[in-house]
Amino acid sequence: MTGWLDAVIQGILLGGLYALFAAGLSLIFGVMRLVNLAHGDLIVLAAFVILTLATWLGLDPFVAALLAIPIMFVVGFALQHVLLNRTLGRDLLPPLLVTFGLSIIIQNGLLQLFSADSERLRAGSIETASIALGGGIAAGVVPLLTLLSAIAVIVILNLVFYRTPLGRAFRATSDDLEIAQLMGIEVGRIYAVAMGLALVVVTVAALYLGMRANFDPTIGPARLLYAFEAVIIGGLGSFWGTLAGGIVLGLAQTIGARIDPEWQILAGHLAFLVVLVLRPRGLFPRAVD
Amino acid sequence: MPEPLLEVHGLDAFYGDFQALFGVSMRVATGAIVAVIGANGAGKSTLLKSIAGLMDAQAEAIRFDGVAIGGGPAYRTVARGIALVPEGRRLFPSLTVEENLLIGGHGRKVAGPWSLERVYGLFPVLKQRRASAATTLSGGQQQMAAIGRALMSNPRLLLCDEISLGLAPIVIADIYASLAHIKAEGTSVILVEQDIVQAMKASDRVYCFQEGRLSLSGRPQDLTRDAIHRAYFGG
Repeated sequence: MTGWLDAVIQGILLGGLYALFAAGLSLIFGVMRLVNLAHGDLIVLAAFVILTLATWLGLDPFVAALLAIPIMFVVGFALQHVLLNRTLGRDLLPPLLVTFGLSIIIQNGLLQLFSADSERLRAGSIETASIALGGGIAAGVVPLLTLLSAIAVIVILNLVFYRTPLGRAFRATSDDLEIAQLMGIEVGRIYAVAMGLALVVVTVAALYLGMRANFDPTIGPARLLYAFEAVIIGGLGSFWGTLAGGIVLGLAQTIGARIDPEWQILAGHLAFLVVLVLRPRGLFPRAVD
Repeated sequence: MPEPLLEVHGLDAFYGDFQALFGVSMRVATGAIVAVIGANGAGKSTLLKSIAGLMDAQAEAIRFDGVAIGGGPAYRTVARGIALVPEGRRLFPSLTVEENLLIGGHGRKVAGPWSLERVYGLFPVLKQRRASAATTLSGGQQQMAAIGRALMSNPRLLLCDEISLGLAPIVIADIYASLAHIKAEGTSVILVEQDIVQAMKASDRVYCFQEGRLSLSGRPQDLTRDAIHRAYFGG
């Protein structure tokens, strides 16, 4: 019984990581209906930025991530402003093709710069620290921080979206592009800010990805897949739904692994398919769409 | 004649290969209400979209306050002092009533007579419904919110596209009564309207469109029923 309870707790904590992967994707899709196929590779890129800063400056990964956040905001803003805004329009294919190409460019660029070796963000004793929850169950400090960070990110994104003029402009642009422009909203700039924000979230995700496991330039697409599944399970357009989607995915994986270690990944995908069959619009779909 | 606030000169407009406006010219004086009438597809909405910067156009074809503004970009329109109340109202469904009004002031560059409180003063029902989703309002209330949203930018020229469409006569009377208050603040209005009687009553000048061309213009009291009938339906 303890084993199952442990699997549930670890699953919820793992869900925090998947929610972090997914939150940026959810934001981008919510504001501009852009499906960013390079999202996973951007997470890996952010992890290498944190690694480089930590190595060069001899910093703790948490501090390095704080430095990486403004850098990645600028990367996101520029990426959207210079490249992705040109792909948006009535046709859904150009943004898919361009972000797919971007994914390949990022992977190969990172391979050139950093080689195919596995890397890791070294954070010292906190990596292995854990808190005993009683009954022989312990939760790692880093996984706990991951989940807390995911919740904090979702709370902040909700505040930005529903309590600030910027969020109002995001929602108005998402509702009606033409009329939003007539409100004086420069849509290209709003999109660029949204992509910048998404890459800030991506950097937080990259910090925990890099501390919890090894990464190398090729692992982006698998992160993208988990992020997609979390967004779809949760329901498009809802940040809390995205958190729930991440947790459903995490739970399915750890419970699957508890049954048979080979079933971990498969169980996650099966949970995704079951949700698609039972609730095609996800668990918490937005009322208006 | 004083320098007009808006001067449209030889304006053409296209949707792909389809030409919707042919060499249209008109002028709007400061503080005037100008009605644009015509059958469906006559080009009335296209004219408003062109003035709002949503259509491609020669820059010189539309001059506002002496500046050539044809062809947009649309996001500069509101800062220039032009606001559109679009056909079908098109409130933002994921925003509350108050957020819809506030976003109308998003691109505001100049101070002016209109504020959230003044808009609520003009349409008190909106204040009662301020926290509701815009989609839960009745048709008339939505139209008031759409006009209020446009006013929030303190426009010098307000473009109103079919503001009486689908509304009960008593509600239309309310909406038109508000136009008098708007005009009293010195705002010019272009009123696109299918209801000819309503348009003639409210306006200082009438322009009639037929199949993308201007077919008649003049002061309402100078136009005969026959002339309007011919200009509206052709023949």
